[in-house]
Amino acid sequence: MKQTLTLWLLNLLQASLMLLVAPLLAGIVRKFKARLQNRRGASLLQPYQDLRKLFSKESLFADNSSWIFRTAPVVIFTATLLAASIVPIIVVDLPSAMIADVIAMTALLALARFWIALAAMDIGTAFGGMGASREMTFSALAEPAMLMGVFVMSLGAHSTNLSTMVHFALNLHHLHPSVAFALAALLMVSVAENGRIPIDNPTTHLELTMIHEAMILEYSGRHLALIEWAAQIKLLLFASLIISLFAPWGIAETIGLLPILIALGCWFAKIILLAAAVAMLESALAKIRLFEVPNYLFTAFVLAFLGMLVHYILEVGVQ
Amino acid sequence: MTTEITYNSWFAEKMNDNGIHSQWLTDHHPASMPCLQIRLLDWAHTARLARQLHMRFTALWAAEGGQHDEHTLYTYMIFAHSEHRHVMIRTPLRSNEPTVASITSHYMAALRMERSMQDMFGITVEGLPDQRHWLKHQHWPEDAHPLRSDFPADTTMPYCDGQYPFIKAEGSGVYEIPVGPIHAGIIEPGHFRFLAVGEQILNMEERLGYVHKGIEKRLQGMQAEQAIRLASRASGDMTVAYGWAFARACEQASKIEPPARANHIRAILCERERLANHIGDIGAICNDAAFSFMQAQMQRLREDLARLHQQLFGHRMMMDLIVPGGVSVDIDKHAQQLLLEQTQQIAAEVEQLRAIYADHAGIQERVIGSGVVTPEEADAIGLTGYAGRASGLHVDERVEEAYPPYDQLQVRIPEGKLGDVATRVWVRFEEVAEAARIIATLLASMPAGDICNPWTPPEAGVSGIASIESWRGEIICWARFGIDGRIDRCTLHDPSEVNWLGLELAVRSVPVPDFPLNNKSFNCSYSGNDL
Repeated sequence: MKQTLTLWLLNLLQASLMLLVAPLLAGIVRKFKARLQNRRGASLLQPYQDLRKLFSKESLFADNSSWIFRTAPVVIFTATLLAASIVPIIVVDLPSAMIADVIAMTALLALARFWIALAAMDIGTAFGGMGASREMTFSALAEPAMLMGVFVMSLGAHSTNLSTMVHFALNLHHLHPSVAFALAALLMVSVAENGRIPIDNPTTHLELTMIHEAMILEYSGRHLALIEWAAQIKLLLFASLIISLFAPWGIAETIGLLPILIALGCWFAKIILLAAAVAMLESALAKIRLFEVPNYLFTAFVLAFLGMLVHYILEVGVQ
Repeated sequence: MTTEITYNSWFAEKMNDNGIHSQWLTDHHPASMPCLQIRLLDWAHTARLARQLHMRFTALWAAEGGQHDEHTLYTYMIFAHSEHRHVMIRTPLRSNEPTVASITSHYMAALRMERSMQDMFGITVEGLPDQRHWLKHQHWPEDAHPLRSDFPADTTMPYCDGQYPFIKAEGSGVYEIPVGPIHAGIIEPGHFRFLAVGEQILNMEERLGYVHKGIEKRLQGMQAEQAIRLASRASGDMTVAYGWAFARACEQASKIEPPARANHIRAILCERERLANHIGDIGAICNDAAFSFMQAQMQRLREDLARLHQQLFGHRMMMDLIVPGGVSVDIDKHAQQLLLEQTQQIAAEVEQLRAIYADHAGIQERVIGSGVVTPEEADAIGLTGYAGRASGLHVDERVEEAYPPYDQLQVRIPEGKLGDVATRVWVRFEEVAEAARIIATLLASMPAGDICNPWTPPEAGVSGIASIESWRGEIICWARFGIDGRIDRCTLHDPSEVNWLGLELAVRSVPVPDFPLNNKSFNCSYSGNDL
């Protein structure tokens, strides 16, 4: 009983960590980008200050907005946070990972997306509808690619449970080609899912080019803060997922202060590395044409699919 | 003072051959471009003849007559030709119910100028295919015509409920995207109405006129020394070119030539302005495709230019340095050295960045083939500036009118033909290099002497005209003086008046999210379009 309580407590701590570190990750990416462009850049803590500012501001609503518009930020935030709490980042075999697998995680993210698109169309502005249409078109292609990528790992681990998959990844002693394919596919999907360059530009002010931002143009105050925060959590979620599936070294397999501290340090170091990679990518690339995005996502899907084929051809029975 | 006649008698002869009666008005009109008066009934024929002779239409405006002639309205137009000087044509309108025939069927660019003329003067333009208001706000009273002399500048206009009917499209899947007039970025206000199917633009319609400041009205009654400060604020990013155009129009009227040194300094300032704006815009175009590296680098270079201007001239954008008669600031030996070093260093850095831009597959993929204006289309609307030079219209006032000091220089015009975003960017890179070369040449051949000749206004009724190649394209300024040396009537024509049409044409074949990239590649002025 006491053991279970400790595990739940750790789970709670892990989820809070995701919640609290998410804005920092956004700050780190921005800082790296600024340095890469010879700019000084804002403080690492700027995203926290932005959130605080938004929370203390008044929320304005269009006259024709319904309850959907007001409820959506809460749903989006909660669903994203729940999805984030499923990913093992410090300790494996936590209760949330036991009761919800990677399919549940994808479903929670889809729920958040469904609500954001719904809210975008609720007020009936042209930008909202345009953004929602783009988001749904691309997510229909991104989700299969993402699931397929994760399933490649599931095939090896014989489970869709993330903790089991982390154990599998920790015990990989030689390079599995299928894993490389899955990693490539998931990296591509993560860029698209988080609205980063070359798919979407999170810093643009040009409404006509937006995907994600176009849907939230009408939000303000604490409602906007929740959505922004959820987007930051989502970025951290994808970063953590990639780390846990493909580079989980250091993660605590037993419960104790030292393993947890080591796991924390390792996770954070890897997050910073990924942030640097994102910043590099975003500084080096231009946005692709909108009509090229389906090709991009299809490439990710094909990579994941190849990973699956490679797994059956080369790896089944090898272990 | 005798002036050699260099004006365009060629067109007058052609008109005569075609049975159009015309008469030179040398009194009260600048010797450089005297006015050819024609009969009202020949107005549209003249435009048709000019089109047949492949002349370029540059401006159209209306004005009430000068002293002792206040009750007659005149309409003016200017045609340009690559081998002959510009020709200015005017015709008097009937005093009751002023009416003039539309020339839009010959020159598309005249459409919005004719609509403005209807709005501002209440002149009826017959045969105008688009009878909607242009600059006049829909909530202004129907009978308010602000530029007429019987309309006091301090009139308070009552709110009248009005509508601006946009072009509609129907069909399944067709939808409208209204954008603006207030945009998310720090840019000027303007409304764009998109008709789209999915992500494909069917039509984009501009609705400008949100920045009406009454500059033309306010200029009336000002002394030239004050008026130039207002005129050079018509569009802040072209302040040097606007100042030069206004000063030159005044100087033409009072037959003052600025000293050679002043002309050199004016050209140096104007080329520096070209450099700064082209560099800033190239960065902004790349940023619209999320290639932020280029934006950061170009903004840094632009900032360097602005800081040196602040240091040498006391103003980052070089405002109010040009005055009627010359310039108000000298460029001494030390400043010459600083300007030369910085210009050359920046041009070299731009060349390095240009290599990165040219090798970057991502940005090239976005700009090549996007937003094409073919040479035929460009010729039909008469695009100016880099937009024209990217689409086969290789015209430049620095070559055509060759006003000093460009008469001593060989300005190389980049000759683009493909008319897409990539070509417009290419033209600007070329012009950066050319501007740097011109600045170096001018600095090396700086004449000694005064920087300003004393300004004396001309007698009442005398007018002057100037066309100056700003970084955006040609600015045309026509000014007429009244009593006490005050401006009686002044009109300023921004290159954007024509180039906005080019943007509408360019985006017919692009997807919705490529619009900002195209918009930035034209970068038309909102303010200069709506004085």
